[in-house]
Amino acid sequence: MAFDAEAVIRTAHLARISLPAAEVAAVAEQLERIMEMVEALRNVPTEGVGSMAHPLDLEQPLRPDIAQNSDRREALMQNAPAARDGLFLVPKVIE
Amino acid sequence: MEWEVVIGLEVHAQLNTASKIFCGCSTAFGAAPNTQTCPVCLALPGALPVLNAAAVDKAIALGLAVNAQINKRSVFARKNYFYPDLPKGYQISQYELPIVGKGTLTIALPDGREKLVGITRAHLEEDAGKSLHEAFSGQTGIDLNRAGTPLLEIVSEPDMRSPAEAVAYLKKLHALVRYLDVCDGNMQEGSFRCDANVSLRRPGAPFGTRAEVKNLNSFRFLEKAIEYEMERQQDILESGGKIVQETRLFDANKGETRSMRSKEEANDYRYFPDPDLLPLVFDEARIGAVRAALPELPDAKRDRFMQQYGLPAYDAGVLTASRAVADYYETVAVGVDAKMAANWVMGDLLGALNKAGLEMEGCPVAAEKLRILLQRIGDQTISGKIAKDIFELIFAEGGEVDAIIDSRGLRQITDSGAIAGLIDEIIAANPQQVADYRGGKDKLLAFFVGQVMKASKGKANPDQVNASLREKLKAGSQ
Ligand SMILES: [Zn+2]
Repeated sequence: MAFDAEAVIRTAHLARISLPAAEVAAVAEQLERIMEMVEALRNVPTEGVGSMAHPLDLEQPLRPDIAQNSDRREALMQNAPAARDGLFLVPKVIE
Repeated sequence: MEWEVVIGLEVHAQLNTASKIFCGCSTAFGAAPNTQTCPVCLALPGALPVLNAAAVDKAIALGLAVNAQINKRSVFARKNYFYPDLPKGYQISQYELPIVGKGTLTIALPDGREKLVGITRAHLEEDAGKSLHEAFSGQTGIDLNRAGTPLLEIVSEPDMRSPAEAVAYLKKLHALVRYLDVCDGNMQEGSFRCDANVSLRRPGAPFGTRAEVKNLNSFRFLEKAIEYEMERQQDILESGGKIVQETRLFDANKGETRSMRSKEEANDYRYFPDPDLLPLVFDEARIGAVRAALPELPDAKRDRFMQQYGLPAYDAGVLTASRAVADYYETVAVGVDAKMAANWVMGDLLGALNKAGLEMEGCPVAAEKLRILLQRIGDQTISGKIAKDIFELIFAEGGEVDAIIDSRGLRQITDSGAIAGLIDEIIAANPQQVADYRGGKDKLLAFFVGQVMKASKGKANPDQVNASLREKLKAGSQ
Protein backbone atom coordinates (compact mmCIF):
# COMPACT_ATOMS: atom_id res chain seq x y z
CA MET A 1 0.00 0.00 0.00
CA ALA A 2 1.41 3.33 -1.10
CA PHE A 3 1.26 6.08 1.52
CA ASP A 4 2.24 8.97 -0.71
CA ALA A 5 2.97 12.56 0.25
CA GLU A 6 -0.54 13.69 -0.69
CA ALA A 7 -2.16 11.14 1.65
CA VAL A 8 0.16 12.17 4.48
CA ILE A 9 -0.63 15.87 4.06
CA ARG A 10 -4.35 15.17 3.89
CA THR A 11 -4.29 12.96 6.98
CA ALA A 12 -2.26 15.54 8.89
CA HIS A 13 -4.78 18.20 7.95
CA LEU A 14 -7.77 16.07 9.04
CA ALA A 15 -6.04 15.49 12.38
CA ARG A 16 -5.14 19.19 12.65
CA ILE A 17 -1.44 18.32 13.00
CA SER A 18 0.95 20.80 11.44
CA LEU A 19 3.59 18.82 9.63
CA PRO A 20 6.66 20.62 8.26
CA ALA A 21 7.16 19.86 4.58
CA ALA A 22 10.62 18.46 5.30
CA GLU A 23 9.14 15.72 7.48
CA VAL A 24 6.50 14.49 5.05
CA ALA A 25 8.66 11.87 3.40
CA ALA A 26 9.85 10.45 6.70
CA VAL A 27 6.30 10.27 8.10
CA ALA A 28 5.12 8.60 4.90
CA GLU A 29 7.80 5.99 5.41
CA GLN A 30 6.71 5.38 9.02
CA LEU A 31 3.03 5.21 8.16
CA GLU A 32 3.86 2.80 5.38
CA ARG A 33 5.47 0.46 7.89
CA ILE A 34 2.51 0.71 10.25
CA MET A 35 0.20 -0.13 7.38
CA GLU A 36 2.32 -3.15 6.52
CA MET A 37 1.90 -4.34 10.08
CA VAL A 38 -1.88 -3.92 9.81
CA GLU A 39 -1.80 -5.67 6.44
CA ALA A 40 -0.68 -8.81 8.24
CA LEU A 41 -4.28 -9.08 9.51
CA ARG A 42 -5.35 -9.89 5.99
CA ASN A 43 -3.73 -13.29 6.38
CA VAL A 44 -6.05 -14.21 9.23
CA PRO A 45 -8.86 -16.49 7.94
CA THR A 46 -12.15 -14.63 8.58
CA GLU A 47 -14.44 -16.73 6.42
CA GLY A 48 -17.85 -16.96 8.11
CA VAL A 49 -16.95 -14.55 10.90
CA GLY A 50 -19.39 -11.66 11.25
CA SER A 51 -18.25 -8.07 11.71
CA MET A 52 -17.71 -7.12 15.33
CA ALA A 53 -18.68 -3.74 16.72
CA HIS A 54 -17.13 -4.35 20.13
CA PRO A 55 -14.69 -6.88 21.58
CA LEU A 56 -16.85 -7.50 24.66
CA ASP A 57 -19.78 -9.83 24.30
CA LEU A 58 -22.04 -7.48 26.24
CA GLU A 59 -24.99 -5.23 25.48
CA GLN A 60 -25.41 -1.53 26.11
CA PRO A 61 -27.06 -0.89 29.51
CA LEU A 62 -29.68 1.84 29.53
CA ARG A 63 -30.09 4.72 31.96
CA PRO A 64 -33.50 6.04 33.10
CA ASP A 65 -34.33 9.47 31.66
CA ILE A 66 -33.79 11.63 34.74
CA ALA A 67 -32.12 15.05 34.70
CA GLN A 68 -30.10 14.85 37.87
CA ASN A 69 -26.92 16.87 37.28
CA SER A 70 -26.68 20.20 39.07
CA ASP A 71 -24.91 23.30 37.82
CA ARG A 72 -21.16 22.85 38.30
CA ARG A 73 -20.10 25.35 35.69
CA GLU A 74 -17.60 27.15 37.83
CA ALA A 75 -15.70 23.99 38.75
CA LEU A 76 -15.90 22.55 35.27
CA MET A 77 -14.61 25.72 33.66
CA GLN A 78 -11.45 25.85 35.73
CA ASN A 79 -9.53 23.89 33.12
CA ALA A 80 -10.59 26.16 30.27
CA PRO A 81 -7.76 28.27 28.84
CA ALA A 82 -10.20 31.14 28.32
CA ALA A 83 -13.74 31.82 29.50
CA ARG A 84 -15.97 34.82 29.98
CA ASP A 85 -19.59 35.37 31.03
CA GLY A 86 -20.04 31.62 31.41
CA LEU A 87 -18.86 30.91 27.86
CA PHE A 88 -15.79 29.01 26.77
CA LEU A 89 -13.73 31.26 24.52
CA VAL A 90 -11.95 30.05 21.40
CA PRO A 91 -10.21 31.87 18.57
CA LYS A 92 -12.74 33.48 16.22
CA VAL A 93 -14.45 30.88 14.07
CA ILE A 94 -15.08 32.32 10.64
CA GLU A 95 -17.95 30.81 8.70
CA MET B 1 -37.08 20.20 -22.64
CA GLU B 2 -38.13 20.40 -19.04
CA TRP B 3 -35.98 19.78 -15.99
CA GLU B 4 -37.20 17.59 -13.16
CA VAL B 5 -36.12 18.40 -9.62
CA VAL B 6 -35.16 15.53 -7.32
CA ILE B 7 -35.31 16.24 -3.58
CA GLY B 8 -34.38 14.22 -0.52
CA LEU B 9 -34.59 15.59 3.03
CA GLU B 10 -32.57 14.95 6.17
CA VAL B 11 -34.50 16.04 9.25
CA HIS B 12 -32.95 16.48 12.66
CA ALA B 13 -35.57 16.14 15.39
CA GLN B 14 -34.46 16.88 18.94
CA LEU B 15 -36.00 14.19 21.12
CA ASN B 16 -37.88 15.78 24.02
CA THR B 17 -36.28 13.76 26.78
CA ALA B 18 -35.68 15.32 30.21
CA SER B 19 -31.98 14.47 30.19
CA LYS B 20 -29.27 14.30 27.52
CA ILE B 21 -28.63 11.19 25.46
CA PHE B 22 -25.47 10.04 27.27
CA CYS B 23 -25.51 11.89 30.63
CA GLY B 24 -27.88 13.14 33.33
CA CYS B 25 -27.73 16.83 32.33
CA SER B 26 -31.01 18.65 31.69
CA THR B 27 -32.05 19.41 28.11
CA ALA B 28 -34.23 22.41 29.06
CA PHE B 29 -33.95 25.27 26.58
CA GLY B 30 -32.85 28.75 27.60
CA ALA B 31 -30.69 28.11 30.69
CA ALA B 32 -27.63 30.29 31.39
CA PRO B 33 -24.69 29.14 29.23
CA ASN B 34 -22.87 25.98 30.27
CA THR B 35 -24.95 25.48 33.42
CA GLN B 36 -26.30 22.20 32.01
CA THR B 37 -23.00 20.45 31.43
CA CYS B 38 -20.94 17.72 33.08
CA PRO B 39 -17.71 15.82 32.45
CA VAL B 40 -19.46 13.55 29.93
CA CYS B 41 -20.91 16.24 27.64
CA LEU B 42 -17.81 18.42 28.06
CA ALA B 43 -15.65 15.44 27.00
CA LEU B 44 -13.41 15.55 30.03
CA PRO B 45 -10.91 12.67 30.05
CA GLY B 46 -12.18 9.43 31.53
CA ALA B 47 -15.88 10.29 31.32
CA LEU B 48 -18.02 7.56 29.77
CA PRO B 49 -21.40 7.81 28.01
CA VAL B 50 -24.44 5.84 29.24
CA LEU B 51 -27.39 5.66 26.87
CA ASN B 52 -30.78 7.21 27.79
CA ALA B 53 -33.62 4.64 27.63
CA ALA B 54 -36.21 7.28 26.67
CA ALA B 55 -34.20 8.30 23.59
CA VAL B 56 -34.26 4.66 22.47
CA ASP B 57 -38.02 4.34 22.99
CA LYS B 58 -38.77 7.60 21.17
CA ALA B 59 -36.69 6.45 18.20
CA ILE B 60 -38.63 3.17 18.18
CA ALA B 61 -41.93 5.09 18.31
CA LEU B 62 -41.02 7.16 15.26
CA GLY B 63 -39.88 4.02 13.46
CA LEU B 64 -43.19 2.26 14.15
CA ALA B 65 -45.17 5.33 13.02
CA VAL B 66 -43.47 5.27 9.60
CA ASN B 67 -43.89 1.48 9.28
CA ALA B 68 -40.15 1.05 9.38
CA GLN B 69 -38.00 -1.90 10.17
CA ILE B 70 -36.80 -1.58 13.78
CA ASN B 71 -33.28 -2.92 14.18
CA LYS B 72 -33.08 -4.83 17.45
CA ARG B 73 -29.32 -4.55 17.24
CA SER B 74 -27.76 -1.22 16.34
CA VAL B 75 -24.31 0.27 16.80
CA PHE B 76 -23.01 3.70 17.76
CA ALA B 77 -20.17 5.16 15.71
CA ARG B 78 -17.88 8.16 15.95
CA LYS B 79 -18.21 10.79 13.26
CA ASN B 80 -14.92 12.66 13.37
CA TYR B 81 -14.58 16.36 12.64
CA PHE B 82 -13.19 19.39 14.39
CA TYR B 83 -15.40 22.25 15.40
CA PRO B 84 -15.26 24.22 18.65
CA ASP B 85 -18.86 23.39 19.62
CA LEU B 86 -18.07 19.64 19.39
CA PRO B 87 -15.97 19.05 22.50
CA LYS B 88 -14.90 15.46 21.83
CA GLY B 89 -13.68 16.09 18.28
CA TYR B 90 -16.29 13.56 17.18
CA GLN B 91 -20.05 13.25 17.30
CA ILE B 92 -21.52 10.01 18.59
CA SER B 93 -23.91 8.89 15.87
CA GLN B 94 -24.98 5.69 14.14
CA TYR B 95 -23.61 4.74 10.76
CA GLU B 96 -23.76 1.21 9.42
CA LEU B 97 -26.40 -0.15 11.78
CA PRO B 98 -29.01 2.53 12.62
CA ILE B 99 -31.87 1.84 15.05
CA VAL B 100 -34.55 2.48 12.39
CA GLY B 101 -34.34 1.07 8.86
CA LYS B 102 -36.50 1.52 5.77
CA GLY B 103 -39.99 2.94 6.15
CA THR B 104 -42.59 5.10 4.38
CA LEU B 105 -44.59 8.25 4.93
CA THR B 106 -47.80 9.10 3.04
CA ILE B 107 -48.12 12.77 2.16
CA ALA B 108 -51.10 14.70 0.82
CA LEU B 109 -50.29 16.74 -2.28
CA PRO B 110 -51.78 20.20 -2.92
CA ASP B 111 -54.07 18.75 -5.62
CA GLY B 112 -55.54 16.26 -3.16
CA ARG B 113 -53.66 13.19 -4.38
CA GLU B 114 -51.52 11.14 -2.00
CA LYS B 115 -47.90 10.10 -2.45
CA LEU B 116 -45.74 7.57 -0.66
CA VAL B 117 -42.30 8.93 0.28
CA GLY B 118 -39.63 6.42 1.24
CA ILE B 119 -37.70 6.77 4.49
CA THR B 120 -34.19 5.44 4.15
CA ARG B 121 -33.30 5.27 7.82
CA ALA B 122 -33.43 7.10 11.15
CA HIS B 123 -30.57 7.06 13.58
CA LEU B 124 -29.78 8.33 17.07
CA GLU B 125 -27.04 10.87 17.60
CA GLU B 126 -26.03 13.72 19.89
CA ASP B 127 -26.45 17.41 19.13
CA ALA B 128 -23.50 19.82 19.21
CA GLY B 129 -23.21 22.99 21.30
CA LYS B 130 -23.70 26.53 20.10
CA SER B 131 -21.11 28.99 18.85
CA LEU B 132 -21.74 32.67 19.59
CA HIS B 133 -19.76 34.66 17.07
CA GLU B 134 -21.12 38.08 17.94
CA ALA B 135 -20.45 38.27 21.65
CA PHE B 136 -16.74 39.14 21.74
CA SER B 137 -14.50 40.76 19.17
CA GLY B 138 -11.87 38.42 17.82
CA GLN B 139 -13.17 35.46 19.78
CA THR B 140 -16.03 33.00 19.62
CA GLY B 141 -18.02 32.05 22.73
CA ILE B 142 -19.07 28.41 23.19
CA ASP B 143 -22.18 27.29 25.05
CA LEU B 144 -22.34 23.51 25.50
CA ASN B 145 -25.78 23.26 27.12
CA ARG B 146 -27.12 21.77 23.88
CA ALA B 147 -24.17 19.41 23.43
CA GLY B 148 -25.43 15.89 24.01
CA THR B 149 -29.12 16.62 23.47
CA PRO B 150 -30.58 13.55 21.74
CA LEU B 151 -31.31 13.87 18.03
CA LEU B 152 -33.09 11.55 15.69
CA GLU B 153 -31.90 12.10 12.14
CA ILE B 154 -34.58 10.98 9.71
CA VAL B 155 -33.35 10.52 6.15
CA SER B 156 -35.78 10.32 3.24
CA GLU B 157 -35.30 8.72 -0.14
CA PRO B 158 -34.86 11.19 -3.04
CA ASP B 159 -38.57 10.76 -3.78
CA MET B 160 -39.86 14.33 -3.89
CA ARG B 161 -40.29 16.09 -7.22
CA SER B 162 -41.31 19.65 -6.34
CA PRO B 163 -40.83 22.20 -3.56
CA ALA B 164 -44.50 21.67 -2.62
CA GLU B 165 -43.93 17.92 -2.17
CA ALA B 166 -40.91 18.60 0.03
CA VAL B 167 -42.94 21.01 2.17
CA ALA B 168 -45.81 18.50 2.42
CA TYR B 169 -43.36 15.81 3.58
CA LEU B 170 -41.76 18.08 6.16
CA LYS B 171 -45.17 19.19 7.47
CA LYS B 172 -46.35 15.60 7.75
CA LEU B 173 -43.22 14.54 9.61
CA HIS B 174 -43.52 17.62 11.84
CA ALA B 175 -47.11 16.72 12.74
CA LEU B 176 -46.07 13.11 13.33
CA VAL B 177 -43.27 13.85 15.81
CA ARG B 178 -45.65 16.07 17.76
CA TYR B 179 -48.43 13.47 17.69
CA LEU B 180 -45.95 10.93 19.02
CA ASP B 181 -44.67 13.41 21.60
CA VAL B 182 -41.08 12.59 20.67
CA CYS B 183 -40.10 16.17 19.70
CA ASP B 184 -41.61 19.56 20.54
CA GLY B 185 -41.31 20.59 16.88
CA ASN B 186 -40.16 24.11 17.74
CA MET B 187 -38.47 25.20 14.52
CA GLN B 188 -37.41 28.64 15.76
CA GLU B 189 -35.47 27.13 18.64
CA GLY B 190 -33.99 24.55 16.27
CA SER B 191 -35.71 21.49 17.77
CA PHE B 192 -36.81 20.43 14.29
CA ARG B 193 -34.54 21.35 11.39
CA CYS B 194 -33.97 20.20 7.89
CA ASP B 195 -31.27 19.84 5.23
CA ALA B 196 -32.32 19.40 1.60
CA ASN B 197 -30.48 17.48 -1.12
CA VAL B 198 -31.47 19.04 -4.44
CA SER B 199 -30.55 18.04 -7.98
CA LEU B 200 -31.98 18.40 -11.48
CA ARG B 201 -32.30 15.87 -14.28
CA ARG B 202 -34.13 15.33 -17.54
CA PRO B 203 -37.22 13.18 -16.76
CA GLY B 204 -36.26 9.52 -16.86
CA ALA B 205 -32.51 10.24 -16.87
CA PRO B 206 -30.23 9.13 -13.99
CA PHE B 207 -30.01 11.43 -10.97
CA GLY B 208 -27.90 14.55 -11.44
CA THR B 209 -25.22 15.83 -9.07
CA ARG B 210 -26.80 17.25 -5.94
CA ALA B 211 -26.18 20.17 -3.65
CA GLU B 212 -26.96 19.87 0.05
CA VAL B 213 -28.64 22.96 1.51
CA LYS B 214 -28.30 23.35 5.26
CA ASN B 215 -29.91 25.57 7.86
CA LEU B 216 -33.56 25.32 6.86
CA ASN B 217 -35.61 26.04 9.95
CA SER B 218 -39.01 26.88 8.48
CA PHE B 219 -41.35 25.43 5.86
CA ARG B 220 -41.10 28.66 3.90
CA PHE B 221 -37.30 28.64 3.90
CA LEU B 222 -37.32 25.06 2.64
CA GLU B 223 -39.55 26.07 -0.25
CA LYS B 224 -37.49 29.20 -1.04
CA ALA B 225 -34.16 27.38 -0.85
CA ILE B 226 -35.30 24.63 -3.23
CA GLU B 227 -36.72 27.18 -5.67
CA TYR B 228 -33.45 29.10 -5.58
CA GLU B 229 -31.40 25.93 -6.12
CA MET B 230 -33.60 24.90 -9.08
CA GLU B 231 -32.92 28.21 -10.80
CA ARG B 232 -29.23 28.23 -9.96
CA GLN B 233 -28.67 24.69 -11.17
CA GLN B 234 -30.75 25.20 -14.30
CA ASP B 235 -28.66 28.26 -15.24
CA ILE B 236 -25.44 26.29 -14.79
CA LEU B 237 -26.67 23.24 -16.73
CA GLU B 238 -28.15 25.22 -19.60
CA SER B 239 -24.97 27.20 -20.06
CA GLY B 240 -23.06 23.94 -20.40
CA GLY B 241 -21.63 23.91 -16.86
CA LYS B 242 -21.49 21.17 -14.27
CA ILE B 243 -23.02 21.08 -10.78
CA VAL B 244 -20.44 20.69 -8.02
CA GLN B 245 -21.42 18.36 -5.19
CA GLU B 246 -21.17 20.65 -2.18
CA THR B 247 -22.74 21.90 1.01
CA ARG B 248 -24.59 25.20 0.72
CA LEU B 249 -26.05 27.45 3.36
CA PHE B 250 -29.44 29.13 2.98
CA ASP B 251 -29.34 32.84 3.72
CA ALA B 252 -32.87 33.71 4.79
CA ASN B 253 -32.32 37.47 4.48
CA LYS B 254 -31.15 37.32 0.88
CA GLY B 255 -33.33 34.33 -0.06
CA GLU B 256 -30.37 32.57 -1.67
CA THR B 257 -27.97 29.70 -1.03
CA ARG B 258 -24.21 30.04 -0.97
CA SER B 259 -21.35 27.62 -0.92
CA MET B 260 -19.85 26.63 2.45
CA ARG B 261 -16.30 25.96 1.34
CA SER B 262 -15.25 25.32 4.93
CA LYS B 263 -17.39 22.17 4.98
CA GLU B 264 -15.81 20.62 1.89
CA GLU B 265 -12.75 19.16 3.52
CA ALA B 266 -14.75 18.01 6.52
CA ASN B 267 -16.63 15.43 4.51
CA ASP B 268 -14.12 12.74 5.37
CA TYR B 269 -15.64 11.75 8.69
CA ARG B 270 -13.72 8.51 9.21
CA TYR B 271 -16.61 6.76 10.96
CA PHE B 272 -15.77 3.85 13.20
CA PRO B 273 -17.65 2.00 15.96
CA ASP B 274 -17.44 3.88 19.27
CA PRO B 275 -15.51 1.67 21.70
CA ASP B 276 -17.10 3.54 24.65
CA LEU B 277 -20.52 2.17 23.79
CA LEU B 278 -21.65 -1.42 23.47
CA PRO B 279 -24.08 -2.49 20.76
CA LEU B 280 -27.66 -1.41 21.51
CA VAL B 281 -29.71 -4.60 21.71
CA PHE B 282 -33.37 -4.95 22.70
CA ASP B 283 -36.08 -7.54 22.30
CA GLU B 284 -39.53 -7.69 20.75
CA ALA B 285 -41.08 -6.94 24.14
CA ARG B 286 -39.51 -3.47 24.19
CA ILE B 287 -40.91 -2.74 20.73
CA GLY B 288 -44.29 -4.13 21.82
CA ALA B 289 -44.41 -1.86 24.86
CA VAL B 290 -43.70 1.21 22.70
CA ARG B 291 -46.30 0.08 20.17
CA ALA B 292 -48.90 -0.36 22.90
CA ALA B 293 -48.30 3.20 24.10
CA LEU B 294 -48.54 4.81 20.64
CA PRO B 295 -51.31 7.40 20.30
CA GLU B 296 -53.75 7.36 17.41
CA LEU B 297 -51.75 8.62 14.41
CA PRO B 298 -52.84 11.35 11.96
CA ASP B 299 -53.99 9.11 9.09
CA ALA B 300 -56.02 6.83 11.37
CA LYS B 301 -57.52 9.85 13.13
CA ARG B 302 -58.51 11.44 9.83
CA ASP B 303 -60.29 8.27 8.74
CA ARG B 304 -62.05 8.04 12.09
CA PHE B 305 -63.18 11.70 11.89
CA MET B 306 -64.73 11.00 8.49
CA GLN B 307 -66.58 7.95 9.85
CA GLN B 308 -67.48 9.04 13.36
CA TYR B 309 -68.39 12.66 12.63
CA GLY B 310 -69.41 12.29 8.98
CA LEU B 311 -66.94 14.99 7.94
CA PRO B 312 -65.69 15.47 4.38
CA ALA B 313 -62.07 14.38 3.74
CA TYR B 314 -60.90 17.98 3.53
CA ASP B 315 -62.33 18.94 6.94
CA ALA B 316 -61.01 15.76 8.54
CA GLY B 317 -57.56 16.47 7.09
CA VAL B 318 -57.45 20.05 8.40
CA LEU B 319 -58.72 19.05 11.83
CA THR B 320 -56.21 16.22 12.25
CA ALA B 321 -53.17 18.05 10.87
CA SER B 322 -52.11 18.66 14.44
CA ARG B 323 -52.91 16.71 17.56
CA ALA B 324 -53.80 19.88 19.47
CA VAL B 325 -56.42 20.93 16.89
CA ALA B 326 -57.84 17.39 16.72
CA ASP B 327 -58.16 17.19 20.51
CA TYR B 328 -59.79 20.63 20.58
CA TYR B 329 -62.30 19.63 17.92
CA GLU B 330 -63.24 16.43 19.72
CA THR B 331 -63.88 18.35 22.93
CA VAL B 332 -66.09 20.87 21.10
CA ALA B 333 -68.03 18.28 19.10
CA VAL B 334 -69.67 16.62 22.13
CA GLY B 335 -73.43 17.18 21.96
CA VAL B 336 -72.99 19.67 19.11
CA ASP B 337 -73.67 19.24 15.40
CA ALA B 338 -70.38 17.80 14.11
CA LYS B 339 -70.28 19.77 10.87
CA MET B 340 -71.14 23.03 12.64
CA ALA B 341 -68.35 22.35 15.15
CA ALA B 342 -65.95 21.66 12.26
CA ASN B 343 -66.88 24.92 10.53
CA TRP B 344 -66.35 26.89 13.73
CA VAL B 345 -63.01 25.30 14.59
CA MET B 346 -61.63 25.51 11.02
CA GLY B 347 -63.06 28.95 10.26
CA ASP B 348 -63.64 31.20 13.25
CA LEU B 349 -61.19 29.65 15.68
CA LEU B 350 -58.20 28.86 13.42
CA GLY B 351 -58.80 32.19 11.64
CA ALA B 352 -58.72 34.13 14.91
CA LEU B 353 -55.60 32.25 16.09
CA ASN B 354 -53.88 32.91 12.78
CA LYS B 355 -54.77 36.60 12.93
CA ALA B 356 -53.48 36.84 16.50
CA GLY B 357 -50.31 34.92 15.59
CA LEU B 358 -51.12 32.19 18.13
CA GLU B 359 -50.75 28.42 18.08
CA MET B 360 -53.54 26.15 19.32
CA GLU B 361 -51.50 25.60 22.49
CA GLY B 362 -51.98 29.28 23.38
CA CYS B 363 -55.67 29.46 22.42
CA PRO B 364 -57.52 31.91 24.68
CA VAL B 365 -60.90 30.19 24.24
CA ALA B 366 -61.06 26.80 25.97
CA ALA B 367 -62.70 24.05 23.89
CA GLU B 368 -65.36 23.60 26.60
CA LYS B 369 -66.40 27.25 26.19
CA LEU B 370 -66.73 26.98 22.44
CA ARG B 371 -68.82 23.85 23.00
CA ILE B 372 -71.20 25.71 25.32
CA LEU B 373 -71.43 28.55 22.81
CA LEU B 374 -72.37 26.14 20.01
CA GLN B 375 -74.85 24.37 22.29
CA ARG B 376 -76.56 27.73 22.82
CA ILE B 377 -76.98 28.05 19.06
CA GLY B 378 -78.30 24.50 18.97
CA ASP B 379 -80.88 25.08 21.71
CA GLN B 380 -81.98 28.36 20.12
CA THR B 381 -80.79 30.52 23.02
CA ILE B 382 -78.77 32.70 20.64
CA SER B 383 -78.47 33.14 16.90
CA GLY B 384 -75.36 32.22 14.93
CA LYS B 385 -74.60 35.87 14.38
CA ILE B 386 -74.75 36.73 18.10
CA ALA B 387 -72.58 33.66 18.74
CA LYS B 388 -69.88 35.12 16.52
CA ASP B 389 -69.96 38.37 18.50
CA ILE B 390 -69.68 36.48 21.79
CA PHE B 391 -66.82 34.38 20.39
CA GLU B 392 -64.86 37.47 19.41
CA LEU B 393 -65.48 38.95 22.84
CA ILE B 394 -64.28 35.85 24.70
CA PHE B 395 -61.30 35.47 22.38
CA ALA B 396 -60.23 39.05 23.12
CA GLU B 397 -61.24 39.47 26.76
CA GLY B 398 -62.25 36.11 28.22
CA GLY B 399 -65.51 35.54 30.12
CA GLU B 400 -68.20 32.88 30.38
CA VAL B 401 -70.71 32.25 27.60
CA ASP B 402 -73.90 32.07 29.69
CA ALA B 403 -72.93 35.02 31.87
CA ILE B 404 -72.31 37.17 28.78
CA ILE B 405 -75.62 36.12 27.23
CA ASP B 406 -77.48 37.11 30.42
CA SER B 407 -75.61 40.26 31.36
CA ARG B 408 -75.76 41.69 27.85
CA GLY B 409 -79.32 40.53 27.18
CA LEU B 410 -78.35 38.56 24.09
CA ARG B 411 -80.94 35.84 24.46
CA GLN B 412 -82.63 35.18 21.15
CA ILE B 413 -86.19 36.43 20.78
CA THR B 414 -88.34 33.41 19.91
CA ASP B 415 -91.57 34.71 21.36
CA SER B 416 -93.83 34.94 18.32
CA GLY B 417 -95.83 37.80 19.83
CA ALA B 418 -92.74 39.92 20.32
CA ILE B 419 -91.52 39.18 16.81
CA ALA B 420 -94.94 40.02 15.37
CA GLY B 421 -94.85 43.36 17.20
CA LEU B 422 -91.47 44.23 15.67
CA ILE B 423 -92.69 43.29 12.21
CA ASP B 424 -95.80 45.41 12.54
CA GLU B 425 -93.65 48.43 13.40
CA ILE B 426 -91.41 47.91 10.38
CA ILE B 427 -94.34 47.44 8.03
CA ALA B 428 -95.98 50.61 9.37
CA ALA B 429 -92.77 52.61 8.97
CA ASN B 430 -92.09 51.58 5.36
CA PRO B 431 -95.35 51.94 3.37
CA GLN B 432 -93.62 52.51 0.01
CA GLN B 433 -91.52 49.33 0.27
CA VAL B 434 -94.57 47.40 1.38
CA ALA B 435 -96.46 48.58 -1.67
CA ASP B 436 -93.53 47.70 -3.95
CA TYR B 437 -93.21 44.24 -2.43
CA ARG B 438 -96.86 43.60 -2.87
CA GLY B 439 -96.52 44.89 -6.40
CA GLY B 440 -94.12 42.04 -7.18
CA LYS B 441 -90.69 43.14 -5.96
CA ASP B 442 -90.02 39.91 -4.03
CA LYS B 443 -86.42 40.82 -3.43
CA LEU B 444 -87.51 43.41 -0.89
CA LEU B 445 -88.10 40.59 1.60
CA ALA B 446 -84.41 40.74 2.46
CA PHE B 447 -84.80 44.44 3.23
CA PHE B 448 -87.63 43.75 5.69
CA VAL B 449 -85.75 40.91 7.36
CA GLY B 450 -82.76 43.20 7.76
CA GLN B 451 -84.90 45.95 9.29
CA VAL B 452 -86.54 43.59 11.78
CA MET B 453 -83.21 42.04 12.77
CA LYS B 454 -81.77 45.51 13.23
CA ALA B 455 -84.72 46.59 15.37
CA SER B 456 -84.19 43.48 17.53
CA LYS B 457 -80.46 44.19 17.79
CA GLY B 458 -79.82 40.90 16.02
CA LYS B 459 -81.63 38.88 18.66
CA ALA B 460 -84.79 37.86 16.78
CA ASN B 461 -84.78 34.28 15.55
CA PRO B 462 -84.12 34.75 11.81
CA ASP B 463 -86.20 31.76 10.70
CA GLN B 464 -89.22 32.97 12.63
CA VAL B 465 -88.79 36.54 11.34
CA ASN B 466 -88.64 35.22 7.79
CA ALA B 467 -91.72 33.08 8.08
CA SER B 468 -93.74 35.66 9.96
CA LEU B 469 -92.82 38.46 7.53
CA ARG B 470 -93.89 36.44 4.49
CA GLU B 471 -97.14 35.71 6.22
CA LYS B 472 -97.89 39.30 7.17
CA LEU B 473 -96.82 40.89 3.88
CA LYS B 474 -98.86 38.32 2.00
CA ALA B 475 -101.87 38.70 4.22
CA GLY B 476 -102.00 42.44 3.64
CA SER B 477 -101.88 42.12 -0.13
CA GLN B 478 -105.08 40.18 -0.38
ZN1 LIG C 1 -23.69 16.22 30.73
